[in-house]
Amino acid sequence: MATFTTLSEAIRDHVSSGQSVAMEGFTHLIPFAAAHEVIRQGVEDLTLIRMTPDIIYDQLVGVGAARKMVFSYAGNPGAGLLHRVRDAVENAWPRAIELEEHSHAAMANAYHAGAANLPSAVFRGYRGTDLTNVNPNIKSVICPFTNETLACVPAIRPDVAIIHAQRADRNGNVQIEGIIGVQKEAVLAAKAAIVTVEEIVDDLRALPNRNANTCILPGWCVTAICHVPKGAAPSYATGYYPRDNDFYLEWSRISSDRDRFLAWIEEHVLAHPFDASVQEGAR
Amino acid sequence: MTTISPKEYMTVSAGRLLRNEDVCFVGIGAPSAACNLARLTHAPEITLIYESGTIATTPDRLPLSIGDGELHDTALTTVSVPEMFQYWLQGGRISIGFLGAAQLDRRGNLNTTVIGGYDAPKVRLPGGGGAPEIATQAREIFITAEQSKRTFVDKIDFLTSLGHGQFGESRGTFGVHTKGPTQLVTDLAIWDMLDPDGLKVCDPDFQAQTAEFVVVSLHPGVTRDDVVASVGWTVRFAPHLGVTPTPTPLELETLRALHARSANTQ
Repeated sequence: MATFTTLSEAIRDHVSSGQSVAMEGFTHLIPFAAAHEVIRQGVEDLTLIRMTPDIIYDQLVGVGAARKMVFSYAGNPGAGLLHRVRDAVENAWPRAIELEEHSHAAMANAYHAGAANLPSAVFRGYRGTDLTNVNPNIKSVICPFTNETLACVPAIRPDVAIIHAQRADRNGNVQIEGIIGVQKEAVLAAKAAIVTVEEIVDDLRALPNRNANTCILPGWCVTAICHVPKGAAPSYATGYYPRDNDFYLEWSRISSDRDRFLAWIEEHVLAHPFDASVQEGAR
Repeated sequence: MTTISPKEYMTVSAGRLLRNEDVCFVGIGAPSAACNLARLTHAPEITLIYESGTIATTPDRLPLSIGDGELHDTALTTVSVPEMFQYWLQGGRISIGFLGAAQLDRRGNLNTTVIGGYDAPKVRLPGGGGAPEIATQAREIFITAEQSKRTFVDKIDFLTSLGHGQFGESRGTFGVHTKGPTQLVTDLAIWDMLDPDGLKVCDPDFQAQTAEFVVVSLHPGVTRDDVVASVGWTVRFAPHLGVTPTPTPLELETLRALHARSANTQ
């Protein structure tokens, strides 16, 4: 059963150095506040898993919290490249980072396999691409019925999954509306799951006009729930606040210089106790 | 009407490739503008799909990312990302994949991974995202990109998404039986994937092993030299080179209004 804790307690109790951590949210509901708390607590040597490492993983990689990144698209969507990830890959600053690179189809299937308690994912993919030459975890199997050669990748089984959702109720049941991404799979694939939410309501069943399809996780599948309003900003939460596209564009400028980046982290993450950063929308 | 820019020629010409009955998997950037222009002009019933899971989306403004809230708010339905790649793309439901690229070659192979070597890249690009499987599982691929010697290269540094493979290969070499790239629309010209006999991909006698992108139409005011100067391989021109039809006032007005509504996303 989910326990209700502060964000700092949840990160302290469930995220430790050396673990594999999946923070998911496909453009929508990206758990920024939780990522910033991971930075504040100085967790190191993480294997960071995420289909679309955008600004939050640029920040985590930029402060040197990761030794490895498993991903399928590392960009600032619509704005260009991730400068901190580039600096780590191209110049080993602030430390070298190992990459395990996939396609979206592969990672989506690998999360799905993890949630389904399978050892690996089988799908039709990776045909003709050089990715198979640079990632030894891309293998193939032959279908015993048709002899078709299919791609095979290991299931993703993170130590911890962290997601942000619109609502949870007092029993820890989690509701997401809008772009649902791969959050359900990430949580069900992980050994522990932290869910930050915009709002805690009494009972999801009692909400006016409630749609039972929007409850994506029962409370007994979640480890910790934290009430973190605006915990996804500057990404967005359908029904609560829009995506701060200007910040995504501004991030290209902030992150393109090491000193400017470090000053930003100091001012907007490290110098902020958790509650204050949330009130300012994690900016 | 003011002067029509090369990029407007590109977007309008790319949008014209799409038909009302298409189910189009939309790449971000230039493809997104072309696909939405088609929807707002000659193909109002087109089904646009973004990899964030939004199906039959009808955004009023161009999204900055593939997962902006507008895409969900205006969609017929939104599915999970695993479902998108398993049922809809792998399931063969997509008629057109519309892609861009940081680098491409004359065989329609795309690189969005690295410039330089993989282990010590000169530029670490974002990576494949959905493209490796869009390129092989959508029934047909259109590509749109602005021409430059940096983008249009003789040999791509990394093959992220399969076009027709190297000369001497075909998609069948890799167990892929969809059409692959058939047309390329740039800021200067329209290119078709043609074999040395001028046959198209859909022709039963098409020789994939020797096919390449061939210029079939120049945008008004563009010369052969302009095209040659911005491409890193020896360019083939069709024997009967066309002139790209000028965008209609409706197309231009619609495109410019779309960009104006999308001010902070373009």
